Amino acid sequence: MMSVEQTTAIDSIHVQEKQKSIRVVQPYWNPYLAGLGLGLVLLASFVIMGRGLGASGAFTALVTTGVNAVAPENAKSSEFFAEYLGDGSQSPLKDWLVFEVLGVFVGGFISGILAGRVRKTVEKGPNISVRGRLFFAFIGGGMMGMGAKLARGCTSGQALTGGALLNVGSWVFMMCVFAGAYAMAYFVRRQWR
Amino acid sequence: MNAPFFKFGYFGDDMSLVVAFVIGIGFGFFLERAGFGSGRKLTAQFYFYDMTVFKVMFTAIITAMVGLYYLSVLGFVDLSLVYQMPTYIIPQVIGGLILGVGFVVGGYCPGTSCVALSTGKVDAVVYLLGIIGGIFVFGESFSLIKDFYYSTALGQLTLPQIMHLPYGLIVFLVILMAVGGFAGATWVEKRIAAKGVKS
Repeated sequence: MMSVEQTTAIDSIHVQEKQKSIRVVQPYWNPYLAGLGLGLVLLASFVIMGRGLGASGAFTALVTTGVNAVAPENAKSSEFFAEYLGDGSQSPLKDWLVFEVLGVFVGGFISGILAGRVRKTVEKGPNISVRGRLFFAFIGGGMMGMGAKLARGCTSGQALTGGALLNVGSWVFMMCVFAGAYAMAYFVRRQWR
Repeated sequence: MNAPFFKFGYFGDDMSLVVAFVIGIGFGFFLERAGFGSGRKLTAQFYFYDMTVFKVMFTAIITAMVGLYYLSVLGFVDLSLVYQMPTYIIPQVIGGLILGVGFVVGGYCPGTSCVALSTGKVDAVVYLLGIIGGIFVFGESFSLIKDFYYSTALGQLTLPQIMHLPYGLIVFLVILMAVGGFAGATWVEKRIAAKGVKS
């Protein structure tokens, strides 16, 4: 005779196995293969459009639209937002980067679902609370937003695109990103390790 | 046919948005395939136990750089029509440092956070709200930082120009550097693994 605990334990193993068979999580691709794919997408963008990839610019368009909707005078008075507003004949959201980033959301979802990797979760190490991690995510995002605007682009627009175009500012920027991240890594290690 | 196609008027503005969406799908797909929808995977780069970020980034840079170089040598792509961003060196140094700190604190960069969001990472949603907040603060305080933002303008500047070396030679040197970097990255990963640091 099995005890109740044993049967429940066996049941839960069965359930786990069932879930496993439903969603088989595939490993990530070899980094060189994924990099080759990414590089070909970037090359296609150069050849078809005459421009590279980007990400942060789409969020500037979004913020500009928001500020303009709530306080149009304020948006016009900031030279930074005014540039994105243009002559006001069309929404800042009708922008190449906005549509590209919408595609990024979709492409990421397609890849994730095909690999069984779409799951609601919080990415963090074992030594930090969910709250703590979300706090850091917000602060890091804020710094990223400001840094990307100051540098006129982020990892996509500057490092990848400008890197492939042998742009001096982009290469210097890339070195500084790695320098900043490595210098800070020790102080936030409990978040990840 | 001449490339860039858009610059030669093969299609118009509205079609370019469709192109943007399709290119974006490819971009997002390969970012997720590489594992860049995971903040832990991305930040592992900065603790030396998984150098995937470096490997993927530099493979992508080399692929696009070499492809563009050969297509321009063959006369298919007019390189002068590919948009080259002007350099503002000091703002880019400071911006890069801030961005690097934000990367390891927040766990993502803007593009990868989109992929993280589509694969269900709640922290990526909060991170994106942070980005929006950061851009808002930047835009609202622009009058204060405007002078710095436009300082040290060097115009459109490329490595072949400042090093006075042929474009093809720089391409070759970047490849050499990256291949050396790949070997070094793999060596570091093995060393860290040998030390028994858990990943």
